[in-house]
Amino acid sequence: MNLDLILGILQIVLIATTPLVFAGIGELVTEKSGVLNLGVEGMMLVGAVSAFIILVITGSYFLAFFVSILSGIIMSGLFAFLVLFLMSNQIATGLALTIFGIGLSSMLGKQYIGTPIDGLSPWFFVIFSFLIVFLVSYFFYKTKAGLILRAVGESHNSAHALGYSVIKIRFLSILFGGSMCALAGSYISICYAPMWQEGMTAGRGWIALALVVFATWKPERVLIGAYIFGGVTILQMNLQALGLRFPGQFFSMAPYVATIIVLVLISSNKLRIKLSAPASLTIPFYKGR
Amino acid sequence: MNSLFPSIVSRSQSSGLMNFFVPIISIVLTLITGSIIFILLGFDPVYALYTFFISPISSTYGISELFVKATPLALIAIGLSYCFKNNIYNIGAEGQLTMGAIFGGGIGILFHDTSAFWLLPLMIFAGAIGGALWGLIPAILKSKFNTNEILTSLMLVYVALFILDYLVVGPWKDPFGYSFPKSRPFSESGRMPLLFDGLRVHFGLIITLFLIFVSWFIFSKTIFGFQLKVSGYSPKAARYAGFNQTTLVFFAFAICGAFAGIAGLAEVSGPIGLLYRDISPNYGFTAIIVAFLGRLHPIGIIFASLVIALTYLGAEDAQLFLQIPSAVGFIFQGLVLFYLLGAELLINYKLTYKKLL
Repeated sequence: MNLDLILGILQIVLIATTPLVFAGIGELVTEKSGVLNLGVEGMMLVGAVSAFIILVITGSYFLAFFVSILSGIIMSGLFAFLVLFLMSNQIATGLALTIFGIGLSSMLGKQYIGTPIDGLSPWFFVIFSFLIVFLVSYFFYKTKAGLILRAVGESHNSAHALGYSVIKIRFLSILFGGSMCALAGSYISICYAPMWQEGMTAGRGWIALALVVFATWKPERVLIGAYIFGGVTILQMNLQALGLRFPGQFFSMAPYVATIIVLVLISSNKLRIKLSAPASLTIPFYKGR
Repeated sequence: MNSLFPSIVSRSQSSGLMNFFVPIISIVLTLITGSIIFILLGFDPVYALYTFFISPISSTYGISELFVKATPLALIAIGLSYCFKNNIYNIGAEGQLTMGAIFGGGIGILFHDTSAFWLLPLMIFAGAIGGALWGLIPAILKSKFNTNEILTSLMLVYVALFILDYLVVGPWKDPFGYSFPKSRPFSESGRMPLLFDGLRVHFGLIITLFLIFVSWFIFSKTIFGFQLKVSGYSPKAARYAGFNQTTLVFFAFAICGAFAGIAGLAEVSGPIGLLYRDISPNYGFTAIIVAFLGRLHPIGIIFASLVIALTYLGAEDAQLFLQIPSAVGFIFQGLVLFYLLGAELLINYKLTYKKLL
């Protein structure tokens, strides 16, 4: 193996993993505040399609990412309204968001399938993905606001009793998660693949959700997990390209099987999950009168 | 003078009346939102809603198609209610459906030249086994390794779809199929009998109604149904009562998987007649909406499956006559679930206007 090949593979892994980092860190912040949003896949798809459409219409990369993030904020805002103000079941509402997002994105994007665009260089986003993880980590463990957010996720009643607005903090965390998922989606449709295809996120949203569990809700570990999954994905693609006599479908399922195995390894330590998961995760907050 | 915004007050007991009305409220709100979407797209809303919701079922053929679509939805949804009643979030029914189609369809391909009567029963049995085995994987991982069943059951959907893809382009490819990715057709005795001449509605509907009846009996008349309900409402109470949570998880997943597997087999041996890549237009995921809309109740699920089946037919007609992409059907499905979940507030809470003065 020569150096060029290794560097080449490393580059591809970096480019392929970045959307997982964005979506994973966004969902991590949401979950840290005590809310589980299963709508990641839906928000990524809507983010991807809205960025693509805006780029085709206006030709402006800035506008494309801007509108995409806005779409993530609107989608997650809808989710936040339901789970925070109407106290709906978070799991079901997140699923609804994903189903709605799949429908909305394929309807909006129908006439844009196959439209060519000039892709954008991914490197700014690759660097930004590392930066955002360290910013989130700093925010959680070095700032007062981060401490409050974590407190809300651990015990919303205590945080409420101390005078913090549980609903407002959760609302903002959900919106941050939504905008990160949309950014991940727009990165896929504009930098990674440069195209629009129905369901093009291919389950990355669900893998991002698994990453948060893998990371035991610690920001830096999202990076480690994302690069394991990214590495497995690129490895299976390369092995497939080598034209081994082994059927390609078995390589294609590798990232999903790897996700299951890793989840099992992490979760089998019951105590670890119990200690690291935010204690109020999925529990609605009802203030009473 | 009353305050402008209502405040939310907890009910001492959940409202049975609202339990009945909430699905209806959510359907009405979805129709209103749908009209607004159609107006925004530049269509006459009355004509668009007519095309979407009335014209698909204005013929005998249309009504038969409605039941063809509702059959797998209702069957999977009643299976899902075994899980959801116990707060087990199995969202991988699409994978269990696929595995049922693979197991049952595999029998159909193996015995493609027989005309014996036992072929279809054997295929149905194999379909149930395939779905149940696929459903038991997340059950084992959840109860033995504490692994979140939402993520594992979903990942297994992708794995099942890749296995099906491998089979129909590889070992099970039709030798006379001009290299299309599909299997050879099942023999006539491996097909679901049609209920009426010239209509596609098939024996799967009878199986579905039978299993819904059995489930109603289990939910309301057996200890097992009672245990499911109790451990859903209060896991602690269930533990004190000595109910074995692991057993409940296994049974719920196995039953749900078996039902989804039968639904998958009924699809491939009913309307389709062979195995190929796209055997299900997301029935396994859409059935989640049906289960919630039907409030996990057998009768409710029958009605909900018809309503959601109509969104499939309406979406096809909308694409044909209005040139609206058929994905609009998924938007309606998402909307109805949003409204339903939002309106569920009314079951456990009431809105009151506080007196300001």
